[in-house]
Amino acid sequence: MNLAPRQTRTGEVRGDHRVVASLVPIGARVLDIGSEDGALLDHLVRQRQVDGRGVELSQVGVNRCVARGLSVIQGDADKDLADYPNDAFDVVILSQTLQATREPKKVMRELLRIGKQVVVSIPNFAHWRNRMQLLFRGRMPVTKYLPYEWYDTPNIHFCSLRDFVELCRELDADVEKAIALSGRGNKIPVNAPWWVWNIVAEQAVFLLKR
Amino acid sequence: MPADSNTPAALNDVKANEAETPSSRLVRFPAEDPLELDSGTRLGPWQIAYETYGTLNAEKSNAILVCHALTGDQYVASTNPVTGKPGWWQLMVGPGKPIDTDHYFVICANVLGGCLGTTGPATINPETGTPYGLDLPVITIRDMVRSQARLVDHLGIETLFAVIGGSMGGMQVLQWAASYPDRVFAAVPIAAAARHTSQNIAFHEVGRQAIMADPNWRGGNYIGDNVRPTKGLAVARMAAHVTYMSDESLHQKFGRNLQDRENLTFGFDADFQIESYLRHQGMTFVDRFDANSYLYVTRAMDYFDLSQEFDGVLPNAFEKTATRFCVMSFTSDWLFPTSESRRVVKALNAVAANVSFVEIESDRGHDSFLLDVPEMFETIQGFMTGAAHARGIPAPGEKA
Repeated sequence: MNLAPRQTRTGEVRGDHRVVASLVPIGARVLDIGSEDGALLDHLVRQRQVDGRGVELSQVGVNRCVARGLSVIQGDADKDLADYPNDAFDVVILSQTLQATREPKKVMRELLRIGKQVVVSIPNFAHWRNRMQLLFRGRMPVTKYLPYEWYDTPNIHFCSLRDFVELCRELDADVEKAIALSGRGNKIPVNAPWWVWNIVAEQAVFLLKR
Repeated sequence: MPADSNTPAALNDVKANEAETPSSRLVRFPAEDPLELDSGTRLGPWQIAYETYGTLNAEKSNAILVCHALTGDQYVASTNPVTGKPGWWQLMVGPGKPIDTDHYFVICANVLGGCLGTTGPATINPETGTPYGLDLPVITIRDMVRSQARLVDHLGIETLFAVIGGSMGGMQVLQWAASYPDRVFAAVPIAAAARHTSQNIAFHEVGRQAIMADPNWRGGNYIGDNVRPTKGLAVARMAAHVTYMSDESLHQKFGRNLQDRENLTFGFDADFQIESYLRHQGMTFVDRFDANSYLYVTRAMDYFDLSQEFDGVLPNAFEKTATRFCVMSFTSDWLFPTSESRRVVKALNAVAANVSFVEIESDRGHDSFLLDVPEMFETIQGFMTGAAHARGIPAPGEKA
């Protein structure tokens, strides 16, 4: 259920995947939620030698993952995380999926319960292009990175980077690392205070700990 | 349906011979080396008939055990000596197939209680010199698995690379993973369940009653009387066969089409194609299967509830398992529906086991696992490759 548009040709590692992978220790036990076609999980297995599992909403995606040798089950972040025991994984990854869940806060709580570390990547709804579209056109933002109209978007719970950091605080989760990315998934190589990132970053990757 | 006189005597002889001295490989265990059964009895002497394909590597790390379903046999990829038909899973097992016998060493054994060479009700009871009939203790899925473990011991194999099977074969896979977690590297239960449901038991009971209602069944002693309860067994097969197909596949294949006639006959002949088809299924089945075996093996499935030996908690069956699982179901299978596979997946998740779960779109019902379903083959191939990498053995097409 990874909802970011595909930005790379096959074989190329997506920018945000590379950033996520850099946060995962070699050989870790990993659960990747929203595995899509298994690109990230495959990258992690090959490059970081992880013991990887995946959960993917679409059956087509799951079948593709398993056919490429990955351990993936069909499941739903909103419903199926409750099955896992506490501390089941070293790292739990939720990439570009939180905004599409029914209960993001509950999902976050589950992630922090089953993973010793949690990596979450989210689109930043407060990106300046979105702000401009709302401000000047008075329309819900539609961008290359978030291409859906308001009536057909699977993204039902958007937040800004600031909102997300606030949620982490409420959940008592420590933000160990936060990396701002462009829409294409490239790191934004400037040191800037939070409020700047909240304007210029199209997405961000967070490393959290309970 | 055939009267007994129509059943070729020669065929019955073939069947009887196959029960005692099968054409396949065979291991005999003497009375001093009995098999402990769940019923509390000891079975001995006993024997297990099996086939192998491919070559066991020097490290003995490439062995795959295939578990067959209710009416299957050890001839997974070679000609069945009774029917003369090709192996029942040649689409899956063979050179260059998803379970590649150029690469893996494949073992398939006739189940305990069966009728093609492993000890079953048609086997001669050494105490009486006549076939066991109902004197054979009731067999369970765990007993079948125990007997297979003894065979695997006999072959000198410590850990199986994979155990794979559909339907009742999948039940054995789950039992293997629960009973011998260290001996199963990868487990593939297809169209299976961790328990037989009330509906499953109900259908089996219909079949058993049909057999036992046949006057030729004679309390299970028909072999000595040289008769066969073919009518009862055929009806049992007909009822069961319906459960293996989906409403949609039946409708597509037969609809309401009439059999070799223009109009309804206003009688009880096989007017409809589906009737004719089922009668044919029933008739051919009695030529290759023993009625008492049908009773025993269906009973084993009915008794199966894996959670029972684990205080009713299914996840406990897989506690600390290191086995890699690939659970598979089919959308139109109403006999072993996806919900039962999901129950297994849920239990495996509860212990954070390594599990893949695939539900495959197929309109052909429970039998899908035996048919040409490309998505199933792709999934198995991918899973086997991933497992081979994890096990440190080359996958098919890779160099050692």
